[in-house]
Amino acid sequence: MKRLDALNAIYSRLEERIVVTIMGACAAELQSIGHRPNFFYLQHAMGLASSMGLGIALSKPDRQVVVLDGDGSILMNLGGLTTLARYRPRNLVHVVFDNESLLSVGGFPTATATGADLAGIAAAAGVPRTETVSTLDAFTRAFDEALGAGDLTTIVAKVEAVGPAAFVTDLSLLENRFQFARSLRS
Amino acid sequence: MPVSTTNSRAIYDALKACGIRLMSALPETWLVHLIRMAEDDPEMTLVRLAKEEEGVGISAGAHLAGVKSAMLMQNHGFLASINGIVSCAQLYHIPLLMLISYRGEFGERDPWQTEGGGVTEEVLRALRIPFSHLDRADQVATRIANAQTLALSANKPVALLLCRDLMWEEGG
Repeated sequence: MKRLDALNAIYSRLEERIVVTIMGACAAELQSIGHRPNFFYLQHAMGLASSMGLGIALSKPDRQVVVLDGDGSILMNLGGLTTLARYRPRNLVHVVFDNESLLSVGGFPTATATGADLAGIAAAAGVPRTETVSTLDAFTRAFDEALGAGDLTTIVAKVEAVGPAAFVTDLSLLENRFQFARSLRS
Repeated sequence: MPVSTTNSRAIYDALKACGIRLMSALPETWLVHLIRMAEDDPEMTLVRLAKEEEGVGISAGAHLAGVKSAMLMQNHGFLASINGIVSCAQLYHIPLLMLISYRGEFGERDPWQTEGGGVTEEVLRALRIPFSHLDRADQVATRIANAQTLALSANKPVALLLCRDLMWEEGG
């Protein structure tokens, strides 16, 4: 499964939801499908996308929040999984695209390449719904089930270590930030 | 323990008066009353962290969603949060109201706290984070309100250093 195909498969569900992505390939690929004011791309601060998602989910309990995370990022904030599970926002779906590498910075393998099981870690942290999927069909089904379940879910989607040729887009960081805040408050 | 309940209450009330409705915290001795007050307050969402840097992301998310928040941490927690402060809050111009217990200053008896005190202010300056000390009860309400005003008008992190003279009642 390619991350771009996975994003395409769920794009129609993302359109009306609050979306927070990590930096690099994930942000660039989602923008290549189509940027929306309710999408925020955390282009640095690795590890904090899930924490931002928690802050938003607690502040906007009537909206569904989707965090598009990565293996390299979540490995930098494993403690945050315990915080996420502790407050268990029912309106948050946490997707971790696991390509077993730090693709944006040379493709060096992460610990998931040597067996670290992120869904297992999330489950052990207390996340009530977790799943690892490796096909597009399984991913789409798991994502739709998570949206319908009304409970905190971490889906680890095993994807190929491929991405776009460039990560810089014409959407400036601050333009995205202020547009996103306005969208959330309207 | 001789952490001042009265002054903790003054700090808490000042935060409430600023409209703070979400607090992230990692326990430390001087913060115990503040954390309990947040816990007992149905109007406050208290988020207990595993590590302080998470609080930067949580406050950033809350701000973008229109909720005012504050972060309670020890100065070592501030030191542990620096990358998040720089590459989330400063990069994206997001206000943070950081209340930092200023351990390791004059009067510190715990040997393990003594290094952090010596670098806290220099690190705040290096990061260009406006900060002020909270060391007198009569200044608590104004300084907290002023710090929050600047954080929101400048869209940047600000810090208040919670000092021994304010937080500790029996002279150390």
